[in-house]
Amino acid sequence: MQSLKRFSWTDIFMWIVGATLLLLIVIGSTLTLQQGKYTTVQWFDLAVFGLAQGSVYALIALGYTLVYGILRMINFAHSEIFMSGAYLGYFVATSMQRNGFLQENPLLGIVLIFLTAMTTSAILAVILERIAYRPLRGAPRLVPLITAIGASFFLQYTFRGLFGTQNRAYPEIDYIRGAIPLFGDFQIQKIQLVVIIAAAVMMASLAFFVQYTKTGKAMRAVSEDKNVAALMGIDVDKIIVRTFVLGASLAGAAGVLYCFMFRIVTFYMGFIPGLKAFTAAVLGGIGNPPGAMLGGLFLGIFESLGPTLFLDGLGIPAPYQLKDVIAFTMLVMILIFRPTGILGERLSKTKA
Amino acid sequence: MSLLNIDNIHTYYGNIHALKGVSLNIEKGEIVTLIGANGAGKTTTLRTISGLLKPREGKVTLSGEDLAKYKAHEIVYKGICMVPEGRGIFARLTVTENLEMGAYSRSDKTEIQQNMERAFTTFPRLKERRTQVAGTLSGGEQQMLAMGRALMSNPSILLLDEPSMGLAPVLVELIFDIIQQINKEGTTILLVEQNALMALGIASRGYVLQTGQIVLSDSAENLKKNPTVQKAYLGME
Repeated sequence: MQSLKRFSWTDIFMWIVGATLLLLIVIGSTLTLQQGKYTTVQWFDLAVFGLAQGSVYALIALGYTLVYGILRMINFAHSEIFMSGAYLGYFVATSMQRNGFLQENPLLGIVLIFLTAMTTSAILAVILERIAYRPLRGAPRLVPLITAIGASFFLQYTFRGLFGTQNRAYPEIDYIRGAIPLFGDFQIQKIQLVVIIAAAVMMASLAFFVQYTKTGKAMRAVSEDKNVAALMGIDVDKIIVRTFVLGASLAGAAGVLYCFMFRIVTFYMGFIPGLKAFTAAVLGGIGNPPGAMLGGLFLGIFESLGPTLFLDGLGIPAPYQLKDVIAFTMLVMILIFRPTGILGERLSKTKA
Repeated sequence: MSLLNIDNIHTYYGNIHALKGVSLNIEKGEIVTLIGANGAGKTTTLRTISGLLKPREGKVTLSGEDLAKYKAHEIVYKGICMVPEGRGIFARLTVTENLEMGAYSRSDKTEIQQNMERAFTTFPRLKERRTQVAGTLSGGEQQMLAMGRALMSNPSILLLDEPSMGLAPVLVELIFDIIQQINKEGTTILLVEQNALMALGIASRGYVLQTGQIVLSDSAENLKKNPTVQKAYLGME
């Protein structure tokens, strides 16, 4: 009885909510699988799509997590950094499409799109850090957070003012169209394969950079203690700028990959992916780069397989429309039952 | 000309006047100690020298060069390195990575390698644990790591803030032996300590700091004999 007293009624209530959700998931999945409405091939397609989508989330989530790790601040303007890269990449892509360059040299064209997007995002992030965040470095933590939200709106509406509100169709690049047949009926969309591979390469390079280079080690040192890092001769401001550049370049690249997949560009396109990536970063344990990667991939797959798997069997007519509900329910559940995220434990342990 | 000269510095935390005109000087090759009670301004003095705090008045000069225009990380390049209070090791980095961060201001690979070897000879325990994450080290090992890391930048002056804090008496002895050894190898040392007896034991000169002002300065021998010092800091009646 003694041990039971540690639980409040709220705890018990939340456990019941959690258990109910878990039960619904199990029942839903069992029913869906029993009904056999979907073939293995369809499940495979959903999973691959989820993996591709998750790779994009993971790339954006890394930007949130890197900046949080070093400044203990959520850079809410990160979603607009993503959008700006995608937008400028779109302009380069369309002009190259019009003059035929993209058809003649598809590889070089794609590289140019990436370079434009990543540079745009990086430059914007540097400016943002310099004028919006650095002057507030010593301020209470709420202040830069509000500034970040302000900066987010500023960028969104600047793009709206400059380029209009319409949805723009991203040019289709023939080089990465179509599907590659695997075995039997299984096939994989070229675009999804490109997204997954590109994201994997970038994440591996980032992991290498943070682990083994001098700047990477300095980033980890600064994230632990800025004063001591300065006492070692590390220029903390410079390292912070480099962190922003790194996170923003990944976001810019993610913007291009997102456009390849969904082929649409607007001024508010950053909002939902940004929020999802933030969810992914929290899911993995914010401040922890491997966590962000894991959280992104997990959320992408969960979101893609979840609605069909959990809800279809329960007789819900349009399960896929509920994918955002599933994603954010998961965020709330994670925050309640494991506030440190999947890989967050190590972080909080060594800090204590 | 002294190696390090501090001339009448006034340092503030916001509106709090922490250092009220502190002056001291350190000659090349010395061990100088700064003793005083909690809150006297010992750490503030070190933080002002290392550039983490900027004095509102007065100046800090190293071999005649005014340090006012340099930021904390640039002062390391000038040859001053500080081991902060509570050691300040990077808990999630390995021992080797911590040492590499100490050598951040150095770009010569062979020099860094030599310094690393020297750190491992001075602190054999660190060599045994070099691949370990620094947060898992014991308090004494962390102090060794913090000192080894500071030496990686080849400083001409080492500032030590409470190196004996929280350590067992045996380890305190060991750390103080190593401080003397480092000094013999040519590094000038400014030592801030609560353990005044130990500090005066290895220092050549000492300053006594009280509420932001230097109230006494003399050779370590004389300070040990001084009745005020004996009463206030050495626990003798």
